[in-house]
Amino acid sequence: MNPGYVFLHTNKSPYMKNRSLVSINDYSKEEYLKILNLAEEFEKNPRQEILNGHVVATLFFEPSTRTRLSFESAVNRLGGRILGFADSSSSSATKGETLRDTIKMVCSYADLIVMRHPLEGSARFASEVSTVPVINAGDGANQHPTQTLLDLYSIRKTQGTLENLNIFMVGDLKYGRTVHSLLMAMSQFNATFYFISPDELKMPDEYKRYLKSMGLKFYEFKDFTDIINQADIIYMTRVQKERFSDPIEYERTKNTYILRHHMLKDSRANMKILHPLPRVNEIHLDVDSSEKAYYFTQALNGVFVRQAIISSILGLK
Amino acid sequence: MKDIKHLVVSAIKDGTVIDHIPAKDLFKVISILGLDRIENQVTFGSNLDSKKLGKKAIIKISGLFFRNEDINKIALVAPEAKLNIIKDYNVIEKKVVEVPDNITGIAKCVNPKCITNNEEIVTKFSVVDKKKVILKCYYCEKITDQDNMRII
Ligand SMILES: [Zn+2]
Repeated sequence: MNPGYVFLHTNKSPYMKNRSLVSINDYSKEEYLKILNLAEEFEKNPRQEILNGHVVATLFFEPSTRTRLSFESAVNRLGGRILGFADSSSSSATKGETLRDTIKMVCSYADLIVMRHPLEGSARFASEVSTVPVINAGDGANQHPTQTLLDLYSIRKTQGTLENLNIFMVGDLKYGRTVHSLLMAMSQFNATFYFISPDELKMPDEYKRYLKSMGLKFYEFKDFTDIINQADIIYMTRVQKERFSDPIEYERTKNTYILRHHMLKDSRANMKILHPLPRVNEIHLDVDSSEKAYYFTQALNGVFVRQAIISSILGLK
Repeated sequence: MKDIKHLVVSAIKDGTVIDHIPAKDLFKVISILGLDRIENQVTFGSNLDSKKLGKKAIIKISGLFFRNEDINKIALVAPEAKLNIIKDYNVIEKKVVEVPDNITGIAKCVNPKCITNNEEIVTKFSVVDKKKVILKCYYCEKITDQDNMRII
């Protein structure tokens, strides 16, 4: 089967400098590692004024406080300046301006654009129109590559390696863009995947075909209580009621995908629980006190990873 | 049947005959190739019997020869189409349509939340399966297949 179904390098140039980051597939394995190593450097020494005199535009056509603050903190710690808007009601987009025109205007004021937009493919389009590089901070349900890079960073930091790990993905594997991107990235590191989801929200076939074409192992389960002890990483996602065609099916299965403290009893010592946040109820509050709960630290890592991405795209590192 | 074909083909002196078009897609082919906007003589026959396609259509265009990249655009609707290049009433060359690696314009992305369906942007696809003609949107990365393909 043609792996191109899901895997499409659309943005290949030998340098990261001046190259937009729209999709996780825009970067190679070597480039993932370069970002992670740089992020490690920033974690040790987060305040480096290397962005002096640079302007970064943060264009949030839909609000996402968590992602925006993480980017703005990264820019500020590097000594750069920020302009932009936090939601489209404060931009000219509400007056009916096209994305094309907004980007054309903004790229004459900024050295780099960080953009979040509700429409899928908007970031790729912006990167074509813009004369400065664009970082995709989420385009609808499509891509959110900086989230994936911070997931990789968290995995490597807690496991000491990215190679040969057992990755459990739990919950909504059909619509969850974070698990799809993480799958693509981890497929470069000989991971074994365990997909745990209700029937209606299973991992799409195109991703399973892709893993087969890569010669990687994956297993599918509806419940994870019996296998949880084999996990190195448990990546939890939200199971939303609206995703079910049958509300009774939702009621019947909803508790299956909630992680509770007692389930971790015999799990591996190195095992860590990740979640892209915000969570609703899929991780019970009693898990928070476990040393295996890593989701809050995971979010903090986002700043270092974004410092690494911004400084390498601007050619400052 | 053979007689009809013979008649249609030999009726032009110089030009191109496009054969084996699925009858239902005749007008899509005309529109993709812009045959509704040219000055050349264009004639066509539709609902002709075909063993392969059931009902097929034929178009002949006088005095017009296509570049491969132009003719390959019809691969989305008529992948089985065959071309006869006519010079002085004789078939001097036969060509088949090849599905290209990339498609620009022509088709619409199936995803209503795709930027190309919300702003004036020329669509771009990579062809991920040439046999079944399955397209992947360059922008939103979603799959558009034959069942939900819409020609612009
Ligand atoms: Zn699209």
